[in-house]
Amino acid sequence: MVGYKFCEKIIAKSDQFKLIIFGEEPRRAYDRVHLSEYFNQKTADELSLSTESWYEEQGITLYLNDPVKEIDLSNKTVHSHHHITVNYDYLVIATGSSAFVPDIPGIEKDGVFVYRTIEDLEMIKGYAASAKNGAVMGGGLLGLEAAKALIDLGIKETHIIEFAPRLMPRQIDSAGSEILRSRLQAMGLHTHLNKSTACIAGDHQINALKFNDDTELPVDMLVISAGIRPRDELARLCGLEVSSRGGIIVNEKMETSDPHVFAIGECALFNQTIYGLIAPGYEMAEIVAANLCGSDKLFTGFDMSTKLKLIGIDVASFGDNFITEPDCRSIIFEDTHKGIYKRINISNDGQYLLGGILIGDAAAYNMLLQTTSNRIILPPNPEDLILGQRGSDTAGSAGITTLPDSALICSCEGITKGTICNAVTEEGCETVDAIKKCTKAGTGCGGCVPMMKDLMVYALKSTGKYVRNVICEHFNYSRQELYDLIHIHELKSYDEVLDTLGKNDGCEICKPLVSSLLASLWNEMILKKGNDTAQDSNDRFLANIQKGGSYSVVPRIPGGEITPEKLIVIGQVAKKYNLYTKITGGQRIDLFGAHLNDLPFIWEELIAAGFESGHAYGKGLRTVKSCVGSTWCRFGLHDSVSFAIRIEERYRGIRAPHKFKSAVSGCIRECAEAQSKDFGIIATEKGWNLYVCGNGGSKPQHAHLLASDLDSDTCISYIDRFLMFYIRTADPLTRTATWLNKMEGGIDYLRNVIVNDSLGMSAQWEAEILVLIAAYKCEWKEAIENPAIRKRFTHFVNAPDEKDPSITFVEMRGQKKTPEWT
Amino acid sequence: MTTEQTNNWIPACRIEDAVENGGVCVKHGEEQIALFYFTRRNEWYATQNECPHRKQMAISRGMIGTTDDEPKVACPFHKKTFSLSTGECLSGDECALKTYPVKIENGTVYIGLNQ
Repeated sequence: MVGYKFCEKIIAKSDQFKLIIFGEEPRRAYDRVHLSEYFNQKTADELSLSTESWYEEQGITLYLNDPVKEIDLSNKTVHSHHHITVNYDYLVIATGSSAFVPDIPGIEKDGVFVYRTIEDLEMIKGYAASAKNGAVMGGGLLGLEAAKALIDLGIKETHIIEFAPRLMPRQIDSAGSEILRSRLQAMGLHTHLNKSTACIAGDHQINALKFNDDTELPVDMLVISAGIRPRDELARLCGLEVSSRGGIIVNEKMETSDPHVFAIGECALFNQTIYGLIAPGYEMAEIVAANLCGSDKLFTGFDMSTKLKLIGIDVASFGDNFITEPDCRSIIFEDTHKGIYKRINISNDGQYLLGGILIGDAAAYNMLLQTTSNRIILPPNPEDLILGQRGSDTAGSAGITTLPDSALICSCEGITKGTICNAVTEEGCETVDAIKKCTKAGTGCGGCVPMMKDLMVYALKSTGKYVRNVICEHFNYSRQELYDLIHIHELKSYDEVLDTLGKNDGCEICKPLVSSLLASLWNEMILKKGNDTAQDSNDRFLANIQKGGSYSVVPRIPGGEITPEKLIVIGQVAKKYNLYTKITGGQRIDLFGAHLNDLPFIWEELIAAGFESGHAYGKGLRTVKSCVGSTWCRFGLHDSVSFAIRIEERYRGIRAPHKFKSAVSGCIRECAEAQSKDFGIIATEKGWNLYVCGNGGSKPQHAHLLASDLDSDTCISYIDRFLMFYIRTADPLTRTATWLNKMEGGIDYLRNVIVNDSLGMSAQWEAEILVLIAAYKCEWKEAIENPAIRKRFTHFVNAPDEKDPSITFVEMRGQKKTPEWT
Repeated sequence: MTTEQTNNWIPACRIEDAVENGGVCVKHGEEQIALFYFTRRNEWYATQNECPHRKQMAISRGMIGTTDDEPKVACPFHKKTFSLSTGECLSGDECALKTYPVKIENGTVYIGLNQ
């Protein structure tokens, strides 16, 4: 093949050369790479690289079946087997290699073959007709090809015997070998690794293989594919320099020790290496042809990257496929279910791709090879190279577009996605209210309204309508736009915002939204005159309205840590005001069933005992849950409770587009369930891992790892940036998980913004959140101390001391509860 | 708002006791009436305090606003909206609020109850 390629190349470059070829085989050069195809469909003619007349047309003299027997370097002549003697100016040796046959007793027996030439294949074919089981010695590239050939020949049971502990030891690693092995097994190819053959048993013909570990394998035939041996015997004979381990030694111009003689292909040894692949062989042919035609081209070694389809399985290796840590970092993807293995080795600084291995799916091979050989700087998440971009392409719509039409959106009314979309596309609904009227969706608990809005936008877009995500009929802006406008205009009350930026009289959609923006921006007391009635009802009374019209009271218990004294106070207050008590999911205590009129008195007592508002009623930080951490737990790596308290006290009271929760776990056992939180922190040996955008709720979502092994202060500055980015950009009533799902570029983009400061906003955000933190005051303390605000905590305007007589309770397990809805 | 037929005007509160752009609850015997001072529009409205949806005494704590210039209130429980002028449910439900006329005399707010 390489000799033929040399002819092609030199003819293309010059007509000054007369070419004479001697070949040992009876055939013109043929395609050895696809030799195994000889068995299924291709004939010898089809494998041939040229037509019969090609050599003649090019004026090449071709002697087949007539190997050169002697080279006379001093007289510059060659003598052939058939006694032809030819003078040369330049001699190119392209004798290739032969199969390496190990010296094993019994190797001469009938039924033992090598796998190298069409003649070998014909003999194998003839013998296979009577064989039931066969073995291939050698689990390399060629050995696997041979094994495939045996299967194609109808051998029922085929074994692969490999001396090394893995298949294709020059291309793939152990893990890759295991994947390949299981795929071969599925095709009926049995693999035996770490097997050293002691002898070949049988009288005249093989009947079994005996191994050094005293096991044996009955086989009717054996194909040896244990490597190659350069055909250097002619060169050795004539006195050219030859390596003791085989191969004609050449320099970077492929010159042998005689400057008129060249060696190319698998017979040549360059830089202690035999290049047993076709591509470097062709490159060598090019070097010689070019240099003979006057160019100055050098062979500098060759990338041994390969990609091939082996028995229907993609196998590829490229660059430095075996480099291991600590010289590089490896990213490995292994899917034993589909039989896919991918490994990429990247430089320790994460900048460059060094090499890798692909098995089962080599679609990325070319791109990876390009990235390696051109030293292209890697993206921030090099795993995308083998896994594809995850999150970003589909993330914008992960929530809704991927849902089937039958997905239940409003579980109160039993309304599906299909019905809602239909209301938009067929019934012409273009507002959430219109959809509510048309379908009843969102008229129950209302929890699905944000998703309805997304579906409406999605459905409107699908009909080609341009949708601006404006707040309501009173504000022709998105939340993000309004945030910036309120900031720029320094507006402090709802009416100012409405007068400056909106129209008419507002509604229950824009009022809480604007109130939340005002709180996020200025963090002033939310019940300041004029803003009180613009608050959502829970914020308006700083408590959660419950079924029946009573309220619940949740004092903050940072990190879930509480003294016995404070526990007693909670008990006493609950008893005094007849409150139902329950431990919440966020490690604090909820007191239910308070009359509106009692709220200021209850809080007066709680605050006197050192409690403060828990903001359970607000769209802001709820709790920072923690496990007990290293202070008590024998597994704890760091003091998770102290860190949770520090975080809870830092962000308490800050208003956001929706509530947000956090947790800190002291070790990977994750008792605080931090990965289900809006931001969660898990202790590592070296610091903290920060996870973001997790969610429990109706659509649980695991948090994504944002950054690893952070020190406490870095962790907090990342959370600062994360929260400000969320507060500034999220749609109303959108939790962080949904916010991320809608974000173009997904977690990679978010990480870039937070960790790499890609928007250049970090300094500003960190400054802004410090303003909010500094402005924190306990709302309940202000409320009970301000008579005008306190006055609002009455049920009847004309009978301030009377409680709502319609509120009733029933008994259950020794406490009270509300009666069922009527 | 006011009608001539109304003859039973009950005093509810002083103007300064009402909540600007919001509601208060007025006790009248066993009855609870939600009174709204829509300051932006300089309008007063009164409705039953009980939300007909889940029978909660909560309408007075709802947020008020407009839709297409129609004044409305949203129940704090499930955000059903009702017209303040007619009581009709604007969220597509059959249920409705009873409404009452309101008048102001000498700084006192009166709600008109038909006998």
